[in-house]
Amino acid sequence: MRKLFERPKSLAESAQHYCPGCTHGIIHRLVAEAVDELGVAGRTVGVSPVGCSVFAYNYFNLDFVQAAHGRAPAVATGLKRVLPDRVVFTYQGDGDLASIGAAEIVHAAARGEKITVIFVNNAIYGMTGGQMAPTTLVGQKTTTSPYGRQQEVAGFPIRVSEMLSTMEGAAYIARVAVISPQTVARARKAMVKAFTAQIEGKGFSLVEVLSTCPTNWGMTPVEALRWVETAMMPVFPLGVFRDWEVGGS
Amino acid sequence: MGEKILMKGNEAIGEAAIRAGCRFFFGYPITPQNELPEYMSRRLPEVGGVFLQAESEVAAINMVYGASCAGGRVMTSSSSPGISLKQEGISYLAGSELPAVIVNIVRGGPGLGGIQPAQSDYFQATRGGGHGDYRTLVYAPSNIQEMVDLVMKAFDRADAYRNPVLVLGDGILGQMMEPVEFPDEPPPEPVAKPWATTGAEGRPPNIISSIILDPELLDKHNWHLMEKYEQIKKKETMWEIYDPYGAEIFLVAYGTMARVARAAIESARSRGIDCGLIRPITLWPFPERAFDELADRAKAYLSVEMSTGQMVDDVKIAAAGRAPVYFYGRAGGVVPSPAEIVKKIESIFEEIKGGSKRA
Repeated sequence: MRKLFERPKSLAESAQHYCPGCTHGIIHRLVAEAVDELGVAGRTVGVSPVGCSVFAYNYFNLDFVQAAHGRAPAVATGLKRVLPDRVVFTYQGDGDLASIGAAEIVHAAARGEKITVIFVNNAIYGMTGGQMAPTTLVGQKTTTSPYGRQQEVAGFPIRVSEMLSTMEGAAYIARVAVISPQTVARARKAMVKAFTAQIEGKGFSLVEVLSTCPTNWGMTPVEALRWVETAMMPVFPLGVFRDWEVGGS
Repeated sequence: MGEKILMKGNEAIGEAAIRAGCRFFFGYPITPQNELPEYMSRRLPEVGGVFLQAESEVAAINMVYGASCAGGRVMTSSSSPGISLKQEGISYLAGSELPAVIVNIVRGGPGLGGIQPAQSDYFQATRGGGHGDYRTLVYAPSNIQEMVDLVMKAFDRADAYRNPVLVLGDGILGQMMEPVEFPDEPPPEPVAKPWATTGAEGRPPNIISSIILDPELLDKHNWHLMEKYEQIKKKETMWEIYDPYGAEIFLVAYGTMARVARAAIESARSRGIDCGLIRPITLWPFPERAFDELADRAKAYLSVEMSTGQMVDDVKIAAAGRAPVYFYGRAGGVVPSPAEIVKKIESIFEEIKGGSKRA
């Protein structure tokens, strides 16, 4: 019998703690598939953030380090500088990467640090219970923007992929979504390409994945997937913002 | 030992680190320690190492964290305000049981303070500094040769205990030049680090983390750390007693202040008062045993510090009520002069002796 579908070897068999309808599970799987496809599992080290994916190390069959809030790119830098022939990636949420860790991600990209960043953007702080994030949309209600994010008070969402694509050290920057089979397939390709950029020593690579938080958005999983498309994608358009193979941003 | 060479303190630290096998340095500019990262930026590439100027002290200590996870012999340095920024990272290093060496060339605070030498980070260095129940071995050299010796030892002890080790200097020790000798022996063989996250080829994955949500398990982890700290107390405490005259009054001073204290002791003798010196070489663990050794004859202790009184708390704990404890200090970058200290010694002498000096 021919096997059509199986668990990626790099994905652990443990049950994940994520809420129903959260897309972390899909994104974990895509990372594991990319690592497996490139045949680098035995020489890959992941760095987990502070946030919902703090326990990501339990869900991969890979060496893993848990980093302080926002500091994953600095921790990954330390790992990669000691082990230049290994594959090092961070897995970070929007609060971790775009708020408290804004300096670390900008400078890792500026240095052209040969790491891969999986940036999960769901426009909210999930683990702490639904507070406003740097990527929260104008008008979006959260527990710390109960009247909706007001631009006069809290400014505007940060477009991380666009911002980092201005960096000469960045080899590959793409924004993807995981809301349909087509978008998942494209996200998978982007991850393989991002890891390839690192393996080939081209520079810094980042895949921003638009993700859902049905629990804190107050939506059903299906509504949440729809909201990614109707509310998030107009602000955070999908696409490749930098690609060393085609040049420019 | 090799030949004697004249070296600035900050540069001697760098050379000592390299001779101890340190190949990774992450730092951020701050006065008065800049010669150290500058030295490392020149020397590390020569020996196949990596120097990286981080975007902040926060990033630097987290790069240290990553490099340590990877099994590298790694170091960072800063001065007081920068060390405050590194404290979170030091807490993580301790929690995750990772070796690293952190040098603090102390300057006067609080806040941005000044850039002159001080000892006002004693509490921060010996009381954990960051959050949580942890300790770090703290070396306090008092001359540049000792700085070299203790920096080399610091890497060794950090690996042995899988714990961050601090080296505390000050602007004087960092900036002054003294002759030093480096050992001729090649750097020690790298210690095996089977726990390092280097890729899980051929073994189950290694995970390095300090998050333990189960209170029972976190309690257990804390007591495991405490057992390690007890071992450090037993085996690593270092001090020097300087007592050429069979004194009854003992000064307690470390680092630069211990040098000034020695001058004050000679000056006091010429005025008919014999004093000795307890010089803690490790600030944590504090050398309480030195006080036990002297308990039979010490009539008074005088803690002399470049601060408003921090180590004096440990002196009181160590004296344990067996003799009165006095304090003299200057802050903000002012170094107490031998004359100021002698004046204090004379007043203590009068208090405990009723004024009769040695004939």
